[in-house]
Amino acid sequence: MPKFEFPTSILSRPVYGVLEARAGHQHLMIADAEGAEAILDIATPDLMAKTHIIYIPKGTDFADELRALNPAQFYQGPSYAASVSRIQRVLQDAAMGLQLYLAGTEGLMGQVQSEAMKAGIPHTAIQTEHRGSIARRMQCVHCKGITEDVATDPFQCSHCNLNLFVRDHYSRRLAAYQAVCIDAEDPGNVPVKKGLYE
Amino acid sequence: MTLQFNDETFREDYSFHNSERAIKRFPFPFDKDSYMYAVNMEQHRGGPSDSIYEKRFDVDEHYVSEMRDRAMVLADDPLRCQSLPHMTLAGWDLLELIMVSKSEDYPDLFELHRDGDKWHWVNKPLGIDDHFTFMDETTLPYGPMEYITRQTQGDFCVLDQRDDNLWMDAGTITTQADWSLDFDIGMNFFEWHAPVPLAHEKGIFVRALKFLLNIQQSAPARRLNWTMTVNPLLDTSPENYHKWGIQKTSLTPENIGAKQHLRVELQTFFRLPRSNALVFPIRCYLCAFQDLMTVPKWGRRLHRVIRDLPEELATYKGFIDNRPMMLDYLSKFDDGLPTSNGIWPEIDSEPPLKSD
Repeated sequence: MPKFEFPTSILSRPVYGVLEARAGHQHLMIADAEGAEAILDIATPDLMAKTHIIYIPKGTDFADELRALNPAQFYQGPSYAASVSRIQRVLQDAAMGLQLYLAGTEGLMGQVQSEAMKAGIPHTAIQTEHRGSIARRMQCVHCKGITEDVATDPFQCSHCNLNLFVRDHYSRRLAAYQAVCIDAEDPGNVPVKKGLYE
Repeated sequence: MTLQFNDETFREDYSFHNSERAIKRFPFPFDKDSYMYAVNMEQHRGGPSDSIYEKRFDVDEHYVSEMRDRAMVLADDPLRCQSLPHMTLAGWDLLELIMVSKSEDYPDLFELHRDGDKWHWVNKPLGIDDHFTFMDETTLPYGPMEYITRQTQGDFCVLDQRDDNLWMDAGTITTQADWSLDFDIGMNFFEWHAPVPLAHEKGIFVRALKFLLNIQQSAPARRLNWTMTVNPLLDTSPENYHKWGIQKTSLTPENIGAKQHLRVELQTFFRLPRSNALVFPIRCYLCAFQDLMTVPKWGRRLHRVIRDLPEELATYKGFIDNRPMMLDYLSKFDDGLPTSNGIWPEIDSEPPLKSD
């Protein structure tokens, strides 16, 4: 699957790189869906012998390939929500010098980054690589509810049902972009939905 | 002079009003007939007598009603006041700065008596008389930042300084020009300013940050910023935008003079002594167009500034759709005569409006 090039945007919008194997004796790789391919790209037997992989397939079938890398530890989770307590536990035990690699959707990377920051890892020390869906994790600024995997602009808040437009303003703490009511000044006048970046 | 506090509202029936004195001391933000972003900083060490610059924290006729409005906002949405765990010390610094400043600058309104860490605070306008132990949170009804900012006009951002940057790590934000503390808390200076157009490209934020990082104790700084608000609504928050946004469409040529307000922020910056945090009060002043137009210089100038403002700024400040109606109204107060430099009203020296 070709990688998506995000257009240049405002300074709060996250920028993702390309994973590279770094020196270290403890490696934690957390990915969802096509993020598996970013791990497959850098995996070597030496690296995998020191790596814990946490993977959420999200309907894809990369799990067997990852397991075949024979990492020191492998966990496949059915969803992020189901995996988050395990992720917190692993981050709690992280020793100084742990290398953290995140790959996949913005929502997954953002949420794990937020957990890692709470565990004391500076966000600048975390490697990220976007793969797969370009959908976003959005916070409704009005009701504060999070809508996962938003792929259109505008969209409807899954909590308060307001029609919201998608901003590029991003909070690392919330791991979400900001969504704001689109028809506040002209109620009912909601533009036709378009795919993000279209 | 004895200050008379207005009994007024900033919502629903909007009974907010400015006295003649308040209009004369309104911080008109344009020092010339055009506007563009600039690092327009100056020392905050007093100013002309009875101007809003004179005291460290200006207390005016709107004080009591503004504090009532803040309490209502916080009751509706406690997330408007937040402090990350490492910011409590800065909260005490802020409480001390405000209590000391207000009791020295307005001794008839505020009293602070200190005996070691046993403090006694009297706020006469709000009827508060509290004894507490400085640096002991359990002796106050709120955290120190929330306690004192419920008694002080203006929003307060408390910024941590680390990694050569400033971090929005605490604040009380209920009179904001459409930004969310709950969303921006934890962001650095460039991130929380990310949505502002044009200013990044002009290098404004890089220079402003350099200036702010170097602000020293007892040497505060200030600047003015501005936007437009329909109705004297203090709480123009994104949280409630789906409720107040519609008001922007209520302007008519008949009501624009009374309804359209110029919203000016007096932004000040104080270094805090124990935490080395920077406190960034953003004090909002509102003035109806029809009141501004009583000052001939401001009438001429406001028309020219709004007419020539770049489209990106009028869009970002949220009045692009109303600009034509504003210009129809304002043009009647611009007779083409030149204006003097500076923001002051110059009522005695500027010529009255020339009518045809």
